[in-house]
Amino acid sequence: MTPPNLSAHFWQNHSGEFIALWTSGELAYALFDTGLITTSLEDGTYPALSPKHPGAAWFEKLGQDLNGHKASGVTHANTAIEHFLSPNGTAPWPEFRPAPGDGVHQMAVGPIHAGIIEPGHFRFSIIGEKVLKLEARLGYTHKGTLALMRGKSPRNAARFAARISGDATVAHSLAFAHATEAALGLTPPPRAVHLRAVMAELERMANHTSDIGAIAGDAGFAFLDARFAWHRESLCAAASAAFGHRLMMDMVIPGGIAGDIKTGGADAIRRTLDALETELPGLTRVFEDYASLQDRLVGTGHIGTHLAARYAAGGVTGRASGRQTDARINPGYAPYELMELSVPVETEGDVAARVKIRLAELAESYRMIRTLLNHLPDGQIALAPPATSGMGLGVAESFRGPVWHWLNIDTGLITDIFLADASTLHWPLVEHAACTSIIADFPLINKSVNASYSGVDL
Amino acid sequence: MVWSTLAQHLLTKPRAPREAGHSTAAALAERLQNLSNEKLGRSLAIRHVDAGSCNGCELELRAIQNMVYDLTQYGLSFTPSPRHADVLLITGVAARNMAEALRQTRAAMPDPVFTIAVGDCAVDGGVFKGSPAITGGADSILTVDLMISGCPPTPGQIIDGLLSLIEAHTGGK
Ligand code: SF4
Repeated sequence: MTPPNLSAHFWQNHSGEFIALWTSGELAYALFDTGLITTSLEDGTYPALSPKHPGAAWFEKLGQDLNGHKASGVTHANTAIEHFLSPNGTAPWPEFRPAPGDGVHQMAVGPIHAGIIEPGHFRFSIIGEKVLKLEARLGYTHKGTLALMRGKSPRNAARFAARISGDATVAHSLAFAHATEAALGLTPPPRAVHLRAVMAELERMANHTSDIGAIAGDAGFAFLDARFAWHRESLCAAASAAFGHRLMMDMVIPGGIAGDIKTGGADAIRRTLDALETELPGLTRVFEDYASLQDRLVGTGHIGTHLAARYAAGGVTGRASGRQTDARINPGYAPYELMELSVPVETEGDVAARVKIRLAELAESYRMIRTLLNHLPDGQIALAPPATSGMGLGVAESFRGPVWHWLNIDTGLITDIFLADASTLHWPLVEHAACTSIIADFPLINKSVNASYSGVDL
Repeated sequence: MVWSTLAQHLLTKPRAPREAGHSTAAALAERLQNLSNEKLGRSLAIRHVDAGSCNGCELELRAIQNMVYDLTQYGLSFTPSPRHADVLLITGVAARNMAEALRQTRAAMPDPVFTIAVGDCAVDGGVFKGSPAITGGADSILTVDLMISGCPPTPGQIIDGLLSLIEAHTGGK
């Protein structure tokens, strides 16, 4: 695969939905839904895409922080990850640009938050309770993951792919495996492909159940939170019984999977799905019936269809704002072409719509897991990646949206890699959505999108 | 419906194992003796700080609060305020970008403070060991009293570790 090399003019005017941007060697790469393009770096500089595609801004900052490559013609100033440059680990705070106006004040939250979540700083401009502006400053969990993956074989680098974002460990491992397999022309055995999908759907369900519960919990519905947390726990226990790890970390590897499903694993999964299916209608009714709960969720954290399209929002966030997108179908990957997957879409774009999408996806996932388990092909579970060369692009639909991995392999070793979690395009939407509501609703909005910090900080 | 599911699973789910590592417990008991344990009582409040995780450890920390593991039955609870906390529980590598926030959290906690590193990353940097973006595990920034390894450690392992702290705290009584 050699993506087309475009002049500055055609690079900047390429049409399509923007997905990701990065630099490598002498080239800048941009991924659109219409394909991958490149342009040559001139003195380490390339024409910015952010004026036309606002989602590119974070990628441009990251390119500068990681590789020192500048985007010319940018309007943003802050860095993505290089905050603390002084040897004692302290740094001047970046300049936040509060909303103008009489009586507007700033509220600083983080990097350490009240709950058990990842670190990040939120700077709100508020007037009374109304949020006028939110700036999110991320980069606190930067671990230098991409650099650690270079120079390693795909099998060795897979351990890092599995730790880009722990809640989406299966999806990232899968996207990484897809990229490697595309680069090396490797087709994993059918049994591995089926079991990968079982794991991916289990991971989706585990996250959806805990997200739905956490949103209800934030709106004062401890009962729903407790019950959904219980189902999440059962799903993790079933994953452990079937695959030996509660999050199924390091199970998906380039060429296949690391271990076969254990004896009794399929039944453990089936029992868990049955228990959820039995209780789900009752729990959904609680969601729908309580006016006080609906009052907190309906209209809260609104992301309009136009805005969602501008940022090419994927996953739950995109589908709750009218976007019929799902990487499992488009561009699509095995075995979903066999699954008759139906993708739920809502148009309200609020927290309530994002909960509805999750509830609908739970049902789709357990339907597919049962089908997959009932029709598991026999045979091998992995092929060894050959020590050849190539460039590959891979995608997987995580519970929060598509994750993309791109890599270059030279005689069996990774020379360069970049990856984009769906969160990268979702964080700006969280900033927008916060401004449609009052400050007290922010936890609900943040949880309803559930963007990853680690997946963006890399 | 809820009660029947609940009852059924209370019967079928094994309880989390409760044995604590004896050597750890003994070492901590000694340390706690020196730190006037009667001031703390049996309940411990925990302030969690993610110093650079992949978020896998957070998932399991949240899981220990669900109704299967129910952390509060052991007298342990998470608190948002470092001022109220007896235990500083750290997950993730010591990312350079989090070092200052971590130090400030420790400084905001009243002594004595017990510091626990949860997960391979916090123990020694885990798979990220050697990255220039991190300084290592939690002990590259603070003195760590107890380490709970695993990637991520299971809820059972986390509770085991925390119980060893409590048992040391109460002299094993
Ligand atoms: S120990 Fe493992 S699960 Fe925990 S933060 Fe590190 S990589 Fe993630």
